[in-house]
Amino acid sequence: MPDFLYFLQQLINGLAIGSAYALIAIGYTMVYGIIGMINFAHGEIYMIGAYTALIAITGLATLGIAWLPLILVVALVCAVLVSSSMGWAVERVAYRPVRGRHRLIPLISAIGMSIFLQNYVHLAQGSRNVGFPALIQGGFQFGDPDSFQTSISYMQITIFVATLVCMSALTLFISHSRIGRACRAVSQDLGMANLLGIETNRIISATFVIGASLAAVAGLLLGMYYGSVDPLFGFIAGLKAFTAAVLGGIGSIPGAMLGGLILGVSESMTSGYLSGEYKDVVSFGLLILILLFKPTGLLGKPEVEKI
Amino acid sequence: MMAAQNVKHALFCAIITLVISYPILGLKLEAAGIRVVLTGADASTLVAIVAAAVAVFVFQLFRDTIFKGLGRLPSFSPLANREPMSQEKRARVESIALILLLMAALTWPFFASRGSVDLATLVLIYVMLALGLNVVVGLAGLLDLGYVAFYAVGAYTFALLHQYFDFTFWQALFVGSGLAAFTGMLLGFPVLRLRGDYLAIVTLGFGEIIRILLNNWTQLTGGPNGIGGIPDPTLFGMEFGRRVKEEGNISFHEFFNIPYDSNHKIIFLYLIALVLATFTALVIRRFMKMPVGRAWEALREDEIAARSLGLNRTSIKLSAFTIGAFFAGFAGTVFASKQGFISPESFVFLESAIILAIVVLGGMGSQLGVILAAIAVTILPELAREFSEYRMLIFGAAMVTMMVWRPQGLMPVRRIPIKLKKAE
Amino acid sequence: MLEVRNLSMRFGGLLAVDQVSLDVQEQEIVSIIGPNGAGKTTVFNCMSGFYKPSGGQIIFDGKEIQGKSDHKISLMGMVRTFQHVRLFTKMTVVENLLVAQHRHLNTNFMAGLLKTPDYRERERKALDRAAYWLERVGLMDLANREAGNLAYGQQRRLEIARCMVTEPRLLMLDEPAAGLNPAETRELNQLINSLKEDYNVSVVLIEHDMSLVMEISDRITVINQGRPLAAGTPDEVRNNDDVIKAYLGET
Repeated sequence: MPDFLYFLQQLINGLAIGSAYALIAIGYTMVYGIIGMINFAHGEIYMIGAYTALIAITGLATLGIAWLPLILVVALVCAVLVSSSMGWAVERVAYRPVRGRHRLIPLISAIGMSIFLQNYVHLAQGSRNVGFPALIQGGFQFGDPDSFQTSISYMQITIFVATLVCMSALTLFISHSRIGRACRAVSQDLGMANLLGIETNRIISATFVIGASLAAVAGLLLGMYYGSVDPLFGFIAGLKAFTAAVLGGIGSIPGAMLGGLILGVSESMTSGYLSGEYKDVVSFGLLILILLFKPTGLLGKPEVEKI
Repeated sequence: MMAAQNVKHALFCAIITLVISYPILGLKLEAAGIRVVLTGADASTLVAIVAAAVAVFVFQLFRDTIFKGLGRLPSFSPLANREPMSQEKRARVESIALILLLMAALTWPFFASRGSVDLATLVLIYVMLALGLNVVVGLAGLLDLGYVAFYAVGAYTFALLHQYFDFTFWQALFVGSGLAAFTGMLLGFPVLRLRGDYLAIVTLGFGEIIRILLNNWTQLTGGPNGIGGIPDPTLFGMEFGRRVKEEGNISFHEFFNIPYDSNHKIIFLYLIALVLATFTALVIRRFMKMPVGRAWEALREDEIAARSLGLNRTSIKLSAFTIGAFFAGFAGTVFASKQGFISPESFVFLESAIILAIVVLGGMGSQLGVILAAIAVTILPELAREFSEYRMLIFGAAMVTMMVWRPQGLMPVRRIPIKLKKAE
Repeated sequence: MLEVRNLSMRFGGLLAVDQVSLDVQEQEIVSIIGPNGAGKTTVFNCMSGFYKPSGGQIIFDGKEIQGKSDHKISLMGMVRTFQHVRLFTKMTVVENLLVAQHRHLNTNFMAGLLKTPDYRERERKALDRAAYWLERVGLMDLANREAGNLAYGQQRRLEIARCMVTEPRLLMLDEPAAGLNPAETRELNQLINSLKEDYNVSVVLIEHDMSLVMEISDRITVINQGRPLAAGTPDEVRNNDDVIKAYLGET
């Protein structure tokens, strides 16, 4: 029984982290689906979301406001606002001018942007990690108190619920709103959508804004979950989320969700049964294997080489 | 109507500028005991933020006019209007310039300070790295973001072979670069079928895996503590230290009967790096004119056409990857010897990014450009120490700017004309 | 020398090519025609190894080659061009021709680094072959220009020259006349004919320009919606009721 409870605990931890990865992965998958580039700076947008949320939370604490729902809402709004503005600006400055050039060029531009943003925050906020207050504490426990107890914290539940809400909202938005339909049209055929009078530039901007907003949500959630942020916070998380997107099939939104969960669980299992140091090795190894043997991912459509 | 829309757009952009800069730049999180407090930035930062927003507003408002004006501006390059030199003359000028440069590089360290010679050695290490990566990225068009892994293989090979088997620099140089090349081949083989951007991510993953392994395989690599005591190179068995460390060796100053000078060692290492960097440049230059070099470029330009002409993409890409890795191993051995101590911290992704930035700034594929960029990128932050913390920020911005404005780099490749005999 | 038997290619649910057969004799020009989207280029992609056909056989010189990798097929002597010109645009015209002769060169690294006699000899021969074909297609004066800077018609000719320096036995041309003016089309016509007569090359041609097709083809295969519709000499095809219907129905 304790063995099973231990396993269950790893599973819960993995699903929590995995859901947050999925939120970040949406940004990669949507951008890739529409303009076929890896938005390397997406991890930094997520990191900026986490920082902004922390700044908002600290600001409210200085003002003496302690009502939790208000703090969360304000932090969320600030994080989403700043991250999505950042996402918009990054696309305008670094990606739009190079769109349609040789594949390497937007990618290098994105790497440059990623380095720039990392150091922007580093210079403004210092390189040390800053503590993130645990606003949501406590949780459920089950199992024998004398041996191993499995717990689900309220924080983990918050992550599940928030992810579920975001994903449902996104799915509804994509399938029912005008912008959502236009998004799908653009991802099918950018040139054709343009001819049909869809303002592709707007749609691409919208994609970046949506992806950045979800990353900001993840930034707030994971900031609280891990309890600290630093300027490098986004780099590894971004890579993980990208792995999740590829794993699920890049371009596919349910794929991002599935990929995130699988990645989160495999990481926490590695930490739980092997060693925490090797969890990154496992996720990168997973990425490499998937790309080698099933580059279209689990839910992606096969791609025919255009000649 | 048009103007109103412009104003609206400009205003929007200015607001966005405020939103993305004020919270991060204007409010600073600071740890006070266990609590975190928020402090406002000083007045000058706030002024700068507002100024940036105003600048964005003005720029967006008069965007069209500004671009039109830029287009009308006469070209400010003094060389632009000159007659192009004839082929022969240019070749002669270039070779004279190169010989002079090499002679200067050979004699200069005897008159320079110890610190600057040491820095020059570092520059040369970056030259080797950048030239090697230039083969992979610039010529073959394969974006390798884990290049630093091969650098690490070279450095760690030397460190470990010395620790366990007493290898000298020269022995390790060949084993290390060979092993780096072999690693490149081994890693390259499965991944080179991947499309460009996936390849980039996979190589990044490989680089991280190697770093994590170095960090955690404590028994072998010493983990984060690294490995120390890596010896300096020797010259035909002569050591450059005050006292001889290896049995059977003699020391340089005793052999020549000159007083001991700790500068000798630094200069010697510099000269070795210079020779190796020159060797790297020459070999790669030769490769560029060989069938394999042309095949790299062809694959970069149009992979499908290249395949249709009978080029085997896997083996050609693999050769680029392997050769790039080989020279990274070269650089790694020199680096280990220069530092005397290595740890995983020297082989992080950022290092790969710096090398990539050098290649991009210099002009992908252009050897001279890459060499100059390596010099600039390594020396400038040392010259302007007060800006050194802005180094990476500037690199990032420069990479974006280059891609937007001048993707061919500061010194783009010049094609070498080939003389043809008219067929009878 | 080439025989395509019941070739099929399926993409997911779509059967792009269905039971197409084709044969080409030595020194023969065979055209594949059909409306847009009929699957002509897909047939080419299967023949040249870019796609692995879902069914059928492709036999070249008595060897089955379906599913072989693209560069191996090319090395056997079946070389193609593309609907949209695919040159190595940043490389010079000569360099384009040298890349194509990779197979004839000494690609041993050591040989190249040390410039062995064999290496030099082969480099020289490759340059001579390049010079010959540049002369032949009238691009000699542009030899050291970047290929991307050539005019469209010149790029088309360079693409054919690039195939010819590989010394192929079968040339597959995908819409070589597209975008050419009438004078250039006439030159192309002569060039293709001379490839067959003077250089002993068989040609498979995809083309929309009917006057060109009718003039130079020895035989024609018509494909419609992935299926073979008719095959025969230009005269037979011209008078075939199904072909007339398909074409009139289309336009």
